[in-house]
Amino acid sequence: MTSTVRIELPAHLRTLAGVDREVTVEVEGTATLRAAMDELEARYPMLCGTIRDQITQQRRPFLRFFACQEDLSHDSPDDPLPEAIILGKEPLIVLGAIAGG
Amino acid sequence: MSGVRVLVGTRKGAFILTADGKRKDWNVSGPHFGGWEMYHLKGSPADPNRIYASQTSGWFGQLIQRSNDGGKTWEPMNNKFVYDGVPGTHQWYDGTPHPWEFKRVWHLEPSLTDPDTVYAGVEDGALFRSTDGAQSWQEMSGLRKHGTGPKWQPGAGGLCLHTILLDPENPNRIYIAISAAGAFRTDDSGETWKPINRGLYSKYIPDPNAEVGHCVHHIAMHPSRPNVLFMQKHWDVMRSDNGGDNWQEVSGNLPTDFGFAIDVHAHEPETLYVVPIKSDSEHYPIDGKLQVHRSRTGGNEWEAMTKGLPQQNCYVNVLRDAMSVDSLDECGVYFGTTGGQVYCSADAGDSWNPIVRDLPAVLSIEVQTLR
Repeated sequence: MTSTVRIELPAHLRTLAGVDREVTVEVEGTATLRAAMDELEARYPMLCGTIRDQITQQRRPFLRFFACQEDLSHDSPDDPLPEAIILGKEPLIVLGAIAGG
Repeated sequence: MSGVRVLVGTRKGAFILTADGKRKDWNVSGPHFGGWEMYHLKGSPADPNRIYASQTSGWFGQLIQRSNDGGKTWEPMNNKFVYDGVPGTHQWYDGTPHPWEFKRVWHLEPSLTDPDTVYAGVEDGALFRSTDGAQSWQEMSGLRKHGTGPKWQPGAGGLCLHTILLDPENPNRIYIAISAAGAFRTDDSGETWKPINRGLYSKYIPDPNAEVGHCVHHIAMHPSRPNVLFMQKHWDVMRSDNGGDNWQEVSGNLPTDFGFAIDVHAHEPETLYVVPIKSDSEHYPIDGKLQVHRSRTGGNEWEAMTKGLPQQNCYVNVLRDAMSVDSLDECGVYFGTTGGQVYCSADAGDSWNPIVRDLPAVLSIEVQTLR
C-alpha cells in the first residue's frame, strides 16, 4: 500500500528546498512519521538535519509535528499517522516554535 | 581592474559588498539566506569564486552552502558532522563531564592551494576537513583526542573552535584556537596536536599558567612570517615568535586589553590592529568611543585610530571574526559591529568610512582582493 502524505513546511525550509507551502511524499507500507520524514529527506536531501538531528534522528527541540489539530511531537515516530493524513485529507504540519528575535 | 569583495556574516543573513580598488563606491548584495545566522563565509585563495558559508539556526540546525560563482548562486552541501569514534566528554560550565555534541560551524578555512579542501571549526570544539568541496566531512580527531580534551571547558559563547590558520610555508602545520581551551598546533597535517599556551596568564582560572583552559579570542598571522602569531586573548594581547611555543604580552599602552578581533596589515608584518573593548562584563568601547588601535611595532606601542569612527554614544561590540584586511597596494582594513555597521579604511587605518550602517549584528567579515 502506498500513501500520499502532504507535508507543510516552515517558511525557511520551503525556501531551502525550493518548494511551495506544501509538498507530497509517497510512503510505502505503514505511513508513520519516521517513514514520511525519511521520504521527505530522500526527495529533498538539503532538508537532512534540519527537522531531525543527523545523528540521533531526534526531532529538533524548536520544531513540532502537528496533524489533525493534534500534537504528534511526543508520539513514537513509528506509530501510524492519523487516517486523515494517510488519506491525504489533512497535511502533516512541521511547525517552528514562535520564539527568538 | 582590481577590486574587493567583502563577505559579511550576520545574525540574519549574509551580505556581499563589492567595490573597485578605490573602495569608495560600494554595491551591496543580500541578504543571502535571509533570517539565518551566517557565522562565517570565506573564499578559496586558490579559486576566489569558490566560497564556503556556514548557515545555522536554533530551529533548523547547521547547513553548509557553497558558491562557485563568487556568491551569485549557492548550493547546500553536506551538513553531517559526526565525531570520530565514541566522543566521550569535556567539562561543562560547572566542571562536570558533558558529552561532546555538535552544535554549529563557527569558522570555515579553505585550503591555500586546493579549492575542494576546506576546514571547519565547530562547537563543541573540534576540527573537521572536507577534501571533496564539502560533499563530506571527516573529523581530524587527533586534536580532540590528544589528551587534554576532557579538561576543555566552554567559554560564554560555547566550546567553539573559532580560529584556523594554515601555514603557507609548511603544509603540515596548522594552528587552531578554542574558547576556552586555548591554542593548539599540529606539525603533521592534523595527526597529532599539542597545546601552545606557554606564557599565557589567565587569572580567572584555577591555575593561571595552565597548559589548557585559556580563553583565546582570536589569533592572526602574516603569511610571510608564519612563525609569528598575534593573539587577542580574553584579556591581554599576546605575541609569539616561535610558532606559539612561547608567548609574551604586547598590550603595552592599550586603554584596555580586552577585545575579540585582531589582524595584521597585508604588507607590514609588524603592523597590527585591535579593537579595545571595555571589559569582559561590558562588551563595548570605553566611554562610547569606537577606536581601532594600531601598532606599527608588533605590539606594545599603540595609537588610536578614530577618524571617521563614532566618538560618542557608541556601544557596539566587534566580534572575533569580524575584522579583515585586503591586499591592495594601500592595505584596506575592515570590521563589522554588533550594531550592523561595516567600516572600511582604505588607508591602513588612518581614516574610516562606513560601507553600510544598518545591517543585522555582524558576526564575521572576510575580504577577497580581486585582481
